[in-house]
Amino acid sequence: MKSTKDIAVLLDEPACEHNKKEKSGCAKPKPGASAGGCAFDGAQIALLPIADVAHIVHGPIACAGSSWDNRGTRSSGADLYRIGMTTDLTEQDIIMGRAEKRLFHAIKQAIDTYSPPAVFVYNTCVPALIGDDINAVCKSAQERWGVPVVPIDSAGFYGTKNLGNRIAGDAMVNHVIGTRDPDPLPQIAAHEGIKVHDVNLVGEYNIAGEFWHVLPLLDELGLRVLCTLSGDARFREVQTMHKAEVNMMVCSKAMVNVARKLQQQYGTPWFEGRFYGITDTSQALTDFAKALDDADLTARTKALIQREESRVRKELEPWKARLKGKRVLLFTGGVKSWSVISALQDLGMVVVATGTKKSTEEDKARIRELMGEDTVMIDDGSPRALLKIVHDYQADILIAGGRNMYTALKAKVPFLDINQEREFGYEGYQGMLELVRQLALTIESPVWEAVRAPAPWKIKTPQIPPAPPLLKGGNSMVEAA
Amino acid sequence: MADILKRNKALSVNPLKASQPIGGSLATLGFNRSIPMLHGSQGCTAFAKVFFVRHFREPIPLQSTAMDQGSSVMGADENVREGIRTIAEKSRPALITILTTGLAETQGADVHRNIREFREANPEFADIAVVGVNTPDFTGSVETGYAATLTEIIRALVPNAKEAGTYPGKRKRQVNVLANYTLTPGDLEALRDIFEQFQLRAVFIPDISDSLDGCLTDEDFSPVTIGGTPLSEMATLGDALATVVIGPSLHKAGELLEERTGVPTYALDHLYGLKANDALISALAEISGREVPERIERQRSQLQDAMLDTHFMLGQLRIAIAADADLLNAFVELVQEMGAEVVAAVTSCNVPLLARIPVATIKIGDLEDMEHIGKANKAQLVIGNSHAVDTAERLGTPILRAGFPLFDIIGGYQKTWIGYRGTRQTLFDLANLVINYSHEEIPVYRSVYAQKPASELTDYPLSCH
Repeated sequence: MKSTKDIAVLLDEPACEHNKKEKSGCAKPKPGASAGGCAFDGAQIALLPIADVAHIVHGPIACAGSSWDNRGTRSSGADLYRIGMTTDLTEQDIIMGRAEKRLFHAIKQAIDTYSPPAVFVYNTCVPALIGDDINAVCKSAQERWGVPVVPIDSAGFYGTKNLGNRIAGDAMVNHVIGTRDPDPLPQIAAHEGIKVHDVNLVGEYNIAGEFWHVLPLLDELGLRVLCTLSGDARFREVQTMHKAEVNMMVCSKAMVNVARKLQQQYGTPWFEGRFYGITDTSQALTDFAKALDDADLTARTKALIQREESRVRKELEPWKARLKGKRVLLFTGGVKSWSVISALQDLGMVVVATGTKKSTEEDKARIRELMGEDTVMIDDGSPRALLKIVHDYQADILIAGGRNMYTALKAKVPFLDINQEREFGYEGYQGMLELVRQLALTIESPVWEAVRAPAPWKIKTPQIPPAPPLLKGGNSMVEAA
Repeated sequence: MADILKRNKALSVNPLKASQPIGGSLATLGFNRSIPMLHGSQGCTAFAKVFFVRHFREPIPLQSTAMDQGSSVMGADENVREGIRTIAEKSRPALITILTTGLAETQGADVHRNIREFREANPEFADIAVVGVNTPDFTGSVETGYAATLTEIIRALVPNAKEAGTYPGKRKRQVNVLANYTLTPGDLEALRDIFEQFQLRAVFIPDISDSLDGCLTDEDFSPVTIGGTPLSEMATLGDALATVVIGPSLHKAGELLEERTGVPTYALDHLYGLKANDALISALAEISGREVPERIERQRSQLQDAMLDTHFMLGQLRIAIAADADLLNAFVELVQEMGAEVVAAVTSCNVPLLARIPVATIKIGDLEDMEHIGKANKAQLVIGNSHAVDTAERLGTPILRAGFPLFDIIGGYQKTWIGYRGTRQTLFDLANLVINYSHEEIPVYRSVYAQKPASELTDYPLSCH
């Protein structure tokens, strides 16, 4: 089990703005009124996309049993990450102290059956509480079977999902990164006169394969992605991350400790960026060129941005007409907020309110800059509070994480899923086209009127005037009721 | 009858099992204005919630005592009391269940004492039923967690006949139905309909057809279940004509109910297939003292006709099944009634029922075990949950999705399997899966002397379809 001191060290993240305030780390959850995952959840989400690794969850069934087979993230080849593995500890294992032994044999079984390049072992609450020494088990298993075995000490009670992300990042820095040098550049990838630069992306999960909208552009610019931590990654890629010239922290700061430590240990500079929306995608590409300080790359980046932007803007034109003026309540709760806001404003949509629960003061200032001073900022993300704002500000759509999907649907409010579990990719220029398609699909759907209108026999016989024809918009039907 | 093969490997690969707290939550969610609270770390609840949301595509009321490092080591009594109090204040539910997890049990939690302490300290919430259940995830499965929770709810809420003055048959048309986890909202609706045809009023305990049936209500949002068995019904169970217990896993709950109320029990293993439904209909005819309605006789004949139509596809079909015991037993009997062979039977944990399931061996294990056994025995069809879809793909067989969770199809939670009609549809579904899948055809043979046009040699390469 991690000591309180270990956890305090992980919670102290100088590269995160939250660090300075009293809520550093994250607020203590309240029994009976808590939402969100645990540290194990966060660690698993952060690393499971490493597709060729055997991911073993050391604990009783609930930890892996309800969470394996996560289809959000995509792999271009290896699919071992989709095989659920757990020591499925029994009462006897726990009482008789057999859990460590079971883990040792479990590691062997995974290696024998699947010959993975590495095994990751996730510690959970029960073995942490009974004092299993997973570091020692992993170490001796690695010596015995000759395959890297990485302990991820992520018992759920250590803290939140966010802490779990950091634990995962820490494990990669301590055990994996720097253990192999990158392959030489493949012959076929050599372009006449183009200098290839090595880069990493940290916190890019390739949800629904969306990074594949961006990767071709990086290829074209001669940016070799050594590793994305962790979307569509392989163990051998993670090993080489120390050799990048620059790291990009994608979207979330959850694994900012990786970028910071790579800077400390290897001097790799890093910047933050996102690939959501035209503006931010172009900005990220520009930032790469800037960080790499290569005049030729800068010129080529500029040209590529111009080409892609004009292409996408042209394709977006017909959609813009349909979405213009629609009112959005955006509740992402994270730093993603302002990135998505600019994407929506690109489309002429109006963002009436946004979630700022996890945003820093800096984020908030940026939101005000984008949306004006009287922007509604939402801290209370409870379903009831969200629905009230939807009604008060007459939002046409709620954009939020999948957790809120049924909150919106049950209240008969159009919804777009923006988080981990979604099935559509919105990154890059191409992703914008998917985003508008999905926005229009739900906002313009005929089902809203059908579900909001009362059954015909429920409409009381009107005294004066006669009932309005059914052609009117959804909201007026509600009023009619 | 069956030889039970215990778990013999260290690593569980592609687990079939879902945890006891999941089962306990499901049982709770079948009561009106209820909410389960898992006593463990936040993740226990978050994972369970995602599990249900993916299956039912509904918002799911579920809370957590949110144990952290301090309370995991130093004791989490206050977490339980504070959790109950918070829920009581915020949403004033009718029922809160406190379900323990592996973490809480390993630590040595005593939720029953915590509940007593809460009662003493907070008499203002005396109207809220609070039931504690031990459901650690290091033993049992969804099935045992569901059964244990239902048993405890009955223990807490059904009064003794003597004290309450209830007696069997006081309510002349009421029949209590203890419904196990295999019954979907669609099943319960169909079952209610069958009872009504005998002029009987079924009281389901619990009733997820009224809370998890995917119904759009006028209320925008509710932090507790909308619908389900009203707690007020629990006091009336003693007045019923009879209790029908569906599923061997609820045997103990049924015994307790009879002990409390004296209402006679009719125990049925399941409602899949001709024989099982004959048993149900006979029981209802006996309880109601009525003739079997013509409509039901008609449905029975329709099922018989379907059995004839589908036996060509299902006879000798080699089937692999992975499911918790009650469901496994139901499917085994259904497909054996059709002349199919169960060549792989895998279940999640050991329960008494296993010994009498009519197959040679049952493996306690995971989906990898089903894959290996199914492969060795040349399975032609898989029955299992959505996790088994990849397994079936690797085995090269079609799959009939059943059990928990079903996340890769829409409306799986609502499918009606039971009754003559439900069984008929299941047979059609099974047969269609087999028809539409390549089965063993005679390979094409081309004679070297044949006079077929030369182009056929290249246009029609040798292969099965």
